[in-house]
Amino acid sequence: MNANGPRATVLVIEDDPQIARFLATALDAHGYALHVAANGHDGLREAALRQPDIVIVDLGLPDISGLEVITRLREWFTRSIIVLSARNRETDKVGALDLGADDYLTKPFGIGELLARLRVAERHRAKNENADPEARIEAGDLVIDLAARRVQRDGADVHLTPIEYRLLAALARHRGKVLTHRQLLTEVWGAAHVESPHYLRIYLRALRHKIEADPAQPKHLLTEVGVGYRFADD
Amino acid sequence: MSANLPERRSPDQRVDPDELLARMRREEARARRGRLKIFFGAAPGVGKSYAMLEAARKLAAEHVDIVVGYVELHGRADTERLLEGLEVLPPQRLDHRGVTLTEFDVDAALKRHPRVVCVDELAHSNHAGARHPKRWMDVEELLVAGIDVYTTVNVQHIESLNDVVAQITGVHVRETVPDRVFDAADEVELVDLPPDELLQRLREGKVYASEKTGQALTSFFRKGNLIALRELALRTTADRVDAALRAYREDHAIVETWAAGERVLVCIGPDPLSERVVRAARRLATALHAGWIAVYVETPALTRLPRAARDRVLANLKLAETLGAETANLSGESVAGELIAYARRRNVSKIILGKPSRPRWHDRLRPSLVDEIARQSGAIDVYVISGEAGEQTTQPRRIPRRTSPWQAYARSAAVVVAITLLCELLYAYVELTNLVMLYLLGTVYVAARIGRGPSALVAVLSVCLFDFLFVPPIYSFAVSDAQYLITFGVMLATGLVISHFAARGKRQAAVARARERRTNELYALSRELALSRNVDELGRIVIRHILADIDGEAAVLLPDAHGHLLDPEHFCTRGAATANATRYPVPGNDLGIAQWAYDHRQKAGRNTDTLASADAIYLPLNALKRCIGVIGLRPADPSRLDAPEQMQLIESFVNQAAVAMERVQLAETAQAAGVEIESEKMRNALLSSISHDFRTPLASIIGATSTLLDESPGGIDAAQRKTLLGAVFDEANRLHRLVDNLLDLTRLTAGKLALKRQWVPLEEIVGAVLHRLHAALVGRKISVDIPADLPLLHVDEVMLGQLLFNLVDNAQKYTPAGSAIEIAASVQRGEIVVSVRDHGPGVPAGEEERVFDKFQRGHAEGAQSGFGLGLSIAKAIVEAHGGEIRARNYSTDHGGGAEFRFSLPLAAQPPA
Repeated sequence: MNANGPRATVLVIEDDPQIARFLATALDAHGYALHVAANGHDGLREAALRQPDIVIVDLGLPDISGLEVITRLREWFTRSIIVLSARNRETDKVGALDLGADDYLTKPFGIGELLARLRVAERHRAKNENADPEARIEAGDLVIDLAARRVQRDGADVHLTPIEYRLLAALARHRGKVLTHRQLLTEVWGAAHVESPHYLRIYLRALRHKIEADPAQPKHLLTEVGVGYRFADD
Repeated sequence: MSANLPERRSPDQRVDPDELLARMRREEARARRGRLKIFFGAAPGVGKSYAMLEAARKLAAEHVDIVVGYVELHGRADTERLLEGLEVLPPQRLDHRGVTLTEFDVDAALKRHPRVVCVDELAHSNHAGARHPKRWMDVEELLVAGIDVYTTVNVQHIESLNDVVAQITGVHVRETVPDRVFDAADEVELVDLPPDELLQRLREGKVYASEKTGQALTSFFRKGNLIALRELALRTTADRVDAALRAYREDHAIVETWAAGERVLVCIGPDPLSERVVRAARRLATALHAGWIAVYVETPALTRLPRAARDRVLANLKLAETLGAETANLSGESVAGELIAYARRRNVSKIILGKPSRPRWHDRLRPSLVDEIARQSGAIDVYVISGEAGEQTTQPRRIPRRTSPWQAYARSAAVVVAITLLCELLYAYVELTNLVMLYLLGTVYVAARIGRGPSALVAVLSVCLFDFLFVPPIYSFAVSDAQYLITFGVMLATGLVISHFAARGKRQAAVARARERRTNELYALSRELALSRNVDELGRIVIRHILADIDGEAAVLLPDAHGHLLDPEHFCTRGAATANATRYPVPGNDLGIAQWAYDHRQKAGRNTDTLASADAIYLPLNALKRCIGVIGLRPADPSRLDAPEQMQLIESFVNQAAVAMERVQLAETAQAAGVEIESEKMRNALLSSISHDFRTPLASIIGATSTLLDESPGGIDAAQRKTLLGAVFDEANRLHRLVDNLLDLTRLTAGKLALKRQWVPLEEIVGAVLHRLHAALVGRKISVDIPADLPLLHVDEVMLGQLLFNLVDNAQKYTPAGSAIEIAASVQRGEIVVSVRDHGPGVPAGEEERVFDKFQRGHAEGAQSGFGLGLSIAKAIVEAHGGEIRARNYSTDHGGGAEFRFSLPLAAQPPA
C-alpha cells in the first residue's frame, strides 16, 4: 500500500467473470478502489457515476464494441483508458489507441505488466493535473532537456536533426506509453503525412543509431510490433 | 378368363432368374413411362376421335388432369361439341412457304405436363420444321416424360399391314406407325362400326366435307374394302389380346403351353423385293410370337454396289428395325454360308428369303442363293417369298472401275497379242505344251492385275489363238489330233478357274484393306485416348480423328454442373483442330438439338430421326453410367454421313471417346477422394498431437491447484506452496504459447491470408523480438550482426516478428542454458538472407527438411516443453513472403550447433 494518499479509482469493463475476479483481487491487494461493469452500457453508466481515474476496457464486449465504449467515453472523459485485447488483433489495438485509448494490454497478461501500465497512467494523471510541462527527462544514460532542446548521452551531446529531435521528444513526453504510427506521424510531420509510415521507421532507425548502445537491442526506443513505439519507462 | 389359365407352377419349379429380371425391368420401365392408349379403327370415320374425346371427358369429370393436345376435326360438328369444357393446347404454328401450318406442340405439352394428353392421328407426318418427322415420335417423347397419351390409329397405318391394305384397297398409304409402337401400347380399344353404317355416315357428310365424299366413296370406301379392313382391324386387335395374355402368363410364372424359341431370320439384299420380304417376315414372326432378326450379308461383290443399291439395303434394315426386328450386318465370302452359320448360332428356326426373278438359264449355270441355303439349312425351315411379275427388279449395277472396262479389255487383248508374238518366236524351239503354259501365265497376270472379266477373255482368246496359230493344221480352227481338244478344254477351264480365284483374292484383299483401315483408325484413336488424362484433351483428340476421316467442323459440348450444355468455344475445322481454331458459333437452334441429344442420350440432327433438317449431327457421348456430353459434327459434304460404314466409324470414335472420358472423370473423382483421405489423416494426426500437448500442462495445473486447495491438516508449507504456484504459472504460459501457435497456423493455412506489407528495418523487428524474449534469454550471449545499410524489408511486420520469435525461441529452447545465439543478416544475390544460429546439439542428421513438418520436434522425446508447430509456422510465413527457409548443422570443428536461414526477395526501395 502506498503512503502517498488515496490510490486511484479503477473501473474495469470486462464481461468475463474470471478475469474480472482476478483483476478485482489483484487491484484490491495493491490498494486500488475498484468498480466492475460486465458490459458496455453498464460501463458507460458506471464511468459517469463513479468518475474513475482509470478505465480498463475489454475490446470484446457482449453488447457494444470496446471501440465504441472508448469513443463515447472520450466525449467527456479525459483520464486514462487502458485497453485489453487478444493477440493478433493489432488492428484493433491501433484503432483503440487512435480513438483515444492511452495504452493496451495483450491477454493473457501478468500482474506485473498490469501494474506497470497503471503506474504510467497515474503518472500522466498527476502530470496533467499539475499542468506543468516537464523540462527535463532522465532515462538511464540519456538526458533530454526539453527546455533547451538538447540531448545528452553519457554526458556527451548527441547531435539530432530537427525531425529526430521532435520524434524523440514526442516519445519521451509520453514516456512508458505506446504511440501509434499515426499519432507519431501527425505529431512530428503533420496530418498530411500519416500515409507514409516508412518515413517514421527510417528516422527512428537513425535515432536509435544515435542514442542506443546496440540499435538491435534497444533500451529506450522500444518497438511494439504492428502498433507503434514506446519510450521505455524504467 | 381365369378358368382358362393353365395351372401355376408348383413351388419347386422356381422362376428362372433371367425371366424374373426381365419381368422386373418391364414393370420398372412401365412405371416410369406414361401409358399409351390407342383408339383403333378400320377406316376413317368410324368414330375414333369421338371415342377418344368421350373417354377424355369421362376422365375430366373424374378430375383427372387431362388436356387435348391436338384433334383433327375435319369439320365434324359432333366431335367439336365434345371439346367443350376440355382444356385444349394451342397448336404450334409453322410457316412453310408462306402458308401457316398447325402442328401438335410437343414442348407445350411437356411444359404443361398433365396426367393425360389426347393426340389425334398417331400416324401423322409432321411438317418440316417440327422437332420430329412423325407424330408418333412426339408421342414417344411424352411417354418417356411419364405422360399418359390417348391417340387414334387406323389399321392401314400399321407399318406391317401397310402393303396388305394396299393390296386390298389399291391405295398406298404413306403415313405409317411402326409396329413396335402399336405393340407397346398399354391398351388398344377397337372402335368398330359396321361398314353399312360407316357408308351411311359418309353419305351424310359426317366424315368428310361433301366435295370430297364422292371421290372417297368410289375409291377407298367401297363396301368390299371396308369389310376387309374391318376384318383386319378385328384380327390385329385379337392378336394383341393374345399377346397380352401371353405377357400375363409370363409375368405370373405360368407354364407356357407352346414350344419355346421360335426365331425368324430374314435375309435382306439390295433388291426392292427385300421390302416385301421384311414385311412378310414381320407377319410371320408376329403370328408365331417369335423374335426376328434381319440380316444383311456383305460379300466382296456387294461392297462394289452403287450407292443407290446400298441405300436400299440400309432403308430395308431400317424398315426392319422400325418393324421391331433385331438387325445384324455380317460380312463374308458366301452369303449362304454366313447366313446359315449365323442362324445356327442364334438358334433360328425359320429363314425367310426373297426369290428374285432372274432368267432360268442363270439358275442352271449357278445355283441361286435360295438353292444354296435350302441345301445347307438342315433343320431350319426356309421360306421363299417370290417377286411379283410386274415388279421391276433392277440388277445391281457394277461400280465403274478406275479404268474403263473398254480399256481393261484392250489391255488384256494386248497381253494376249504379246504372248502370241513370243510364242511365234519360240514356236520352232519348244513343245506346244509349253506354249500353253505361256498362255496360262498371261491369264494369271491379267486376272491378278486387271480383273476377272478381262482374264476370262484372255482365257478364251488364248485357246482360240493357240488353236488357230499353233495347233496343226495351222491357220485353221480345225484340229488334226482329237487329243488337242483335251488340251483346249483343260486350258480354258484352268484359265477360267485361275481368273476366278485371282479376282476373288483381289477383292478379298480390298475388303480386308478397308477393314484394316478402319481397325487402324480405331486403334490409333484408342492409343491416343489412353495417353490423355484430361477430358478437354480427349475431346480434341476425338475431334481430330473424326475430322481426319471426314472433312468439316466438329465440336465437343460439355455440360455444366446442372446438365446444361455449354456453348463450345468453337467448331474446329480439320486444319485447326489442335491450335488456334477458328471461331465458329454454334447456332442457337443447334445448341437445343445438342441438348436434346444429351438429355435423351440419342443422336439428333442431320441423318437422324430427330430434327433432321439441321446442318450438323449431334452424337451423345454415352458412357456406361451417364452421358458425358455431345459431339457435334457439321460435315463439309453432308452426303458423306449417308454411308453406313462412315457413320459406324464415327459412332465407334464417339463411343471410344465417351468411355475414355468417363474413365478420366472417374479417375479424377477417385483422386480427389484420395486427397481428401490424405488431409483427413493429417487432421487426425494434428488433433492427436494437440490433445497430447494440451493435456500435459493441464494435468500439472489441475494437480498443483487441487493440492493448493486441499485444506486437510498438516498441509503444505509456504515453500512448497510457492513451488506449486510456480509450476501452475509455467504450465499456463506453455498453454498460452500452444494456443498462439495454433492460431498462427490456422491463420496461415486457412489459405486466405492477406499480407499487410510495410517497409520495415530488420533490426527493429529483431529488437522487438529480443525484447519480448528478454526473460528467457537472460544469461546468454546474443549477438546481432545487421549491416547499418541493410535495405528495408517489404514484409508483414507482425508475421516477420512471429517468424523471428519462433526461430530465436527455438534456439533458446533446444540449447543448453548460457550458450550463445547469433542473428545475422546480409544481402546475397538479390535476396536478404537472415540466419539464426545456436550452439546446441543441432538438428538430427537427415532431418533438416523434416523439422519444418508439422508436429516435428528436434528430438523425439525431449524434455523441453513446446509444440512442434513453431518451425512449420516459420516456414509458412517465409513462403507466404515468397522466400525459402532451410536448416543445417555446423560441424563441431566450426563450433557445432544448428543454423536456420531464410531468404526473402529484395524489393525495390520505397521513395525516400
